[in-house]
Amino acid sequence: MTALILFYVAGFVTLAAAILAITRTNASHALIYVVVALLAIAVIFFLLGSPFAAALQIVVYAGAIVVLFLFVVMMLNLGKSSVDRERALLTRGIWTVPSLLALVLFAVVLFALVSGDHEAGAEARMIEPKEVGIALYTKYVLAVELAGVLLLAALVGAYHLGRRYLADRREEEKTS
Amino acid sequence: MFGIEDFWSYALILPVALGVLLGALVLVWWERRLLGWWQDRLGPNRVGWFGSLQALADLIKLLTKDDWLPPFGDRVFFILAPVIVTAAMLLAFVVVPFTPVLVIVESNIALLWFLAMSAMAVYGVLLGGLSSNNKYALLGGLRAAAQMVTYEVFLALSILGVVMLSGSFSLIDIVENQRDGFWHFIPQAVGLVIFVIAGLAETHRLPFDLPEAEHELTAGFHTEYSGMKFGLIMAAEYVALILLCCLIVILFFGGWLGPSFLPPVVWFGVKVVIVINFFILLRAAIPRPRYDQLMSLGWKILLPLTLLNILATGAWVLATQG
Repeated sequence: MTALILFYVAGFVTLAAAILAITRTNASHALIYVVVALLAIAVIFFLLGSPFAAALQIVVYAGAIVVLFLFVVMMLNLGKSSVDRERALLTRGIWTVPSLLALVLFAVVLFALVSGDHEAGAEARMIEPKEVGIALYTKYVLAVELAGVLLLAALVGAYHLGRRYLADRREEEKTS
Repeated sequence: MFGIEDFWSYALILPVALGVLLGALVLVWWERRLLGWWQDRLGPNRVGWFGSLQALADLIKLLTKDDWLPPFGDRVFFILAPVIVTAAMLLAFVVVPFTPVLVIVESNIALLWFLAMSAMAVYGVLLGGLSSNNKYALLGGLRAAAQMVTYEVFLALSILGVVMLSGSFSLIDIVENQRDGFWHFIPQAVGLVIFVIAGLAETHRLPFDLPEAEHELTAGFHTEYSGMKFGLIMAAEYVALILLCCLIVILFFGGWLGPSFLPPVVWFGVKVVIVINFFILLRAAIPRPRYDQLMSLGWKILLPLTLLNILATGAWVLATQG
């Protein structure tokens, strides 16, 4: 029972924070709402019986990725002008297409709920970190390897983009 | 989920929180005393016996000081920032087992929880720097974020060797794994060194305190903070140090294990105090590197070293345990 109440609270917080993250005009405020939403999702993962996914959600998404976003926002040092620009972007017309898409998704969820094919939650149980590891390296090993290759490609790409800048810097240092 | 059998562990929350904060308070004085001794000067020796009430006097001073909010900054974030740092660090203590029974929550993701909370602490520093609307604070916040995100990687990777040897993220299992056989600091010496370096960078203590380097950034991300908000940031820093030392003792030095003439909790305390003193010695002995040196040390030396450590440990575990 407590778990159910906590689930609804966490779900509500996730949705509210996500909506606020979209509608805030100040970029750093919006990002903090993103963090709140991610933390609430971590709580949901925990309640659904996967503490490992919950912890990784905090470490990776809230702890690393959004920090980097906030970092960039700080570097850009957005002031009043960007808030005004954001506000100008949030007109009424901009809501129509996303709302329609969300409505379609909502209809799908509603259909799934009504058709009664949602028994998966009933067998929820605590999943040990070890089980996650074993699943990743047996059943899903191909996906893990592919993700690794993708990340390596991203790493090489980032290095390639940064290399020209570094080379220029070195030239400058030599001449000065 | 919240059974009555858990009541005992919830009763521990308040004593642990108070104990840790009191420890931080004592540590402020102890660190200054030790630094004074090592640097051949007196240190605080006026208030109370050998200056032992100095921290209390500082606390009273901070509490009665004008708590100034910069009118040009972001009020909410400015107030929230010290709260986030302190709360994250105190929350991490939830999973720290002082002895097998003296632990608030026994969890099989304890180590990940510690990493998650130290990741959350970055927000406090970052928001503090951002909301002050001051160029030094902003630079300090940026440095802190880059440094902490970077060294979090090594903090996490360096303990993977220990996790592999113990086969668990649970801190209690990790300590029990050290009961028969070596404490982990012998097979995981590389991991220990990297963990200490990464921990120093993570807590931004003196050799790596570039986010608040006084000579270039006045006080870095907490330039605009005064009164008890500054006190809270300060306290969080010392709580982080205590947390780090507890983790080092648990992961590498056998936690509460020791000859049975002393109770386990005393062994734990003694080890933590020794490690804390070592950290203070590091502060007294090592000068601050340049910021680019710090970053290239991380990515060019520590990252390959941790990966090699993981590879070697994995090979060893495979060879010995089949």
